[in-house]
Amino acid sequence: MKAMNRRKFLKGSLLGGAAASVISKRKNADASSSFGGYPDAMGVLVDLTRCIGCRSCEAACNKEQGLPAPAQSFDDLSVLDHERRTSEGAYTVVNRYEIPGKDHPLFRKIQCNHCNEPACLTSCFVNAYTKTPEGAVIYDATVCVGCRTCMIACPFYVPAYSYSSVLNPVVQKCIFCYDTRLKFGRPPACVEACPREVLTFGKRKDLIKIGNQRIQNHPDLYEDHIYGEKEVGGTSWMYLSSAPFDQVGFDTDLGTQPILSYVKEFLTVVPMVLTIWPALFAGFHLLATRKDKQKKEEKSEI
Amino acid sequence: MKTLIANGKIPLATHYNDDRSAKWSVKDKLLLGLSLSEYLAQAFRNPLNWFFAVIFSFGGYVTITRFIFGLGYVTHSSYDYPWGLFLGFGLFVMVPLSASGFMLGTAVEVFGRDDFKPIERLALLNGLLGYLFAVIFLQVDLGQPWRLIYPMFVSLGPAAVLFLVAWHVATYLTVQVAELVPAFAEMMGMPKLKTFIKSMILGLTIAGIILSTLHQGALGALFTYAPYKVHPLWMSAPFQWFHYFCSSVFAGLSMLIVVSTICKKTMAWRCDDNFLTSLDRLTIGLAKGATLALITYLVIKIIAIAHDGDWGYLASGWGQWYMLEMIAGVILPMILFTISIRNNLPGLARFAALIAVLGIALNRLNTALFTFNWKLYQEIPHWRELVITITVYCLFIATYRFVLYRLPILYTWKKDEEAAS
Repeated sequence: MKAMNRRKFLKGSLLGGAAASVISKRKNADASSSFGGYPDAMGVLVDLTRCIGCRSCEAACNKEQGLPAPAQSFDDLSVLDHERRTSEGAYTVVNRYEIPGKDHPLFRKIQCNHCNEPACLTSCFVNAYTKTPEGAVIYDATVCVGCRTCMIACPFYVPAYSYSSVLNPVVQKCIFCYDTRLKFGRPPACVEACPREVLTFGKRKDLIKIGNQRIQNHPDLYEDHIYGEKEVGGTSWMYLSSAPFDQVGFDTDLGTQPILSYVKEFLTVVPMVLTIWPALFAGFHLLATRKDKQKKEEKSEI
Repeated sequence: MKTLIANGKIPLATHYNDDRSAKWSVKDKLLLGLSLSEYLAQAFRNPLNWFFAVIFSFGGYVTITRFIFGLGYVTHSSYDYPWGLFLGFGLFVMVPLSASGFMLGTAVEVFGRDDFKPIERLALLNGLLGYLFAVIFLQVDLGQPWRLIYPMFVSLGPAAVLFLVAWHVATYLTVQVAELVPAFAEMMGMPKLKTFIKSMILGLTIAGIILSTLHQGALGALFTYAPYKVHPLWMSAPFQWFHYFCSSVFAGLSMLIVVSTICKKTMAWRCDDNFLTSLDRLTIGLAKGATLALITYLVIKIIAIAHDGDWGYLASGWGQWYMLEMIAGVILPMILFTISIRNNLPGLARFAALIAVLGIALNRLNTALFTFNWKLYQEIPHWRELVITITVYCLFIATYRFVLYRLPILYTWKKDEEAAS
């Protein structure tokens, strides 16, 4: 509730800055009230201790989202020799991490983490992003201008851009299979394809309980942390690991504040400048030119 | 042009021709009162035009390929570095260097410093063209430039910082056009238009201050979306907007000193005595303003490091790079400006201004490109990206010169009676 109020306030303040957008406030009122962590948002818990790096999830995602065939087939595990990131052709990728002192590597699947308060959404000046009540962060390509601020803002380096397209380049990222599955209450394609039950699909709040239970039952196996429970305001996709998170490619410096909280310092300045500056500078003008005026009046009296 | 003046030609600055037999036509005004063959001959004699010809024929070709083959053809299509030179240089460097318009507008119209009038219009033009070309750079960089008006009318995201930048730059461009209308009206002989603008000049100027404060700051605030990607020494969430606003003050003033120097050196024929004789005095005056902004900036930069507890970073390699930027780009020009003010050395102030301009360019490039993703790898722009950036900047210079040759910016348009005498 607190977050919602702040969001509304920030929106209002920038509206003032935009002068002519009183109409837009009404238009966006729905978006502002539905912003924040939804109580029934779904999520996925990724258990790195179970993943064997078979890339079945990558193949399933490729098929479900109708992405182009990759240069190397999904059976080819040599791609794991290099660390990869999400791209316009792959919304999810698996990377391998050798852990010092352990005899076997760990594998980590990356895709959009579907933040509770997504940085991409807050940075978008055409409102192309939506956080749905089901938990997915989806994107409307028909309004995207292509400024790519969302790619700057994403702390997880997830959104990719189809630079090669001339007439319709768009941002491409995992959308939690929203259109084809999540909307109907079904788990995303990668979750269904996983042969090792690495991925647990469920309500986000239940997943946190499950994660804590696993940590409690096997304290020797798991790191005592669910990555994504609190990071940048919490994410729908969360992770359990047997190795310290920074050794498996996670950025452990990200605080618990949503990215928006860093921006609001500036946003609060906006209404102050808008309201104070006119009177202040008109006052300066009167002060600076008062002598000229006096001279003129004296002259006219004579 | 110098040769022509030596041969007795007078640069066009009135409505009537030399013997007052006829009014200059618009065509005459565009051709500077020369015949077409004379105009072309002087254009061919100018070596800068040959340089431009080379740049535009090759760079123009590369620029066109960006719109035919897409961004992927001219950049490295980096997902990790979504912004390259087009925004890193074109937007983040051009905009602070264009702050001169609102600075001088404030000095003259708000504070009543009429002694700065000879250079006010140059400051306004520097602002207008700088912003215009920042938008052109943006249009090269946007994935779908034809959707530029979407944030205004089609789909609005009013809580985003970029939304503010878009609206403010658009509004401010309009304000700056209005502020320069008097110059255009004088030349085209439309006194009523000039009176109309003059009647609301105070409102326009204050609108300019508001818009400038906010969008200069907003450009800095854009990086607060990436608090973990920009190096902490260049990124301070609470202070970022003020760093950007404060540095734009001395950036704009220094750029004005640099531009006025270039005008004096390369197109003295177009400047009138009023401009040329007062320029040294004005340069020192601008230097005073720039020095005040520099010291404020230096202090607030240090406060930001103290507030965020970033002292430890100063010992790292990035820290040395940071200190180089601060010493060469802020402290050095500050000292040189001070010496020049105390000893009345306009030449030294001009040199200091050039250093300050380069310093601010380094600061913006550091934030947007060099220290961005400091935990990852360093992106080196594609050569085509560099070529396009140079081409657009040359177009900026060519447009700048085109306007300066014609509109009464550096000279005063002679009233009909004066011209007659």
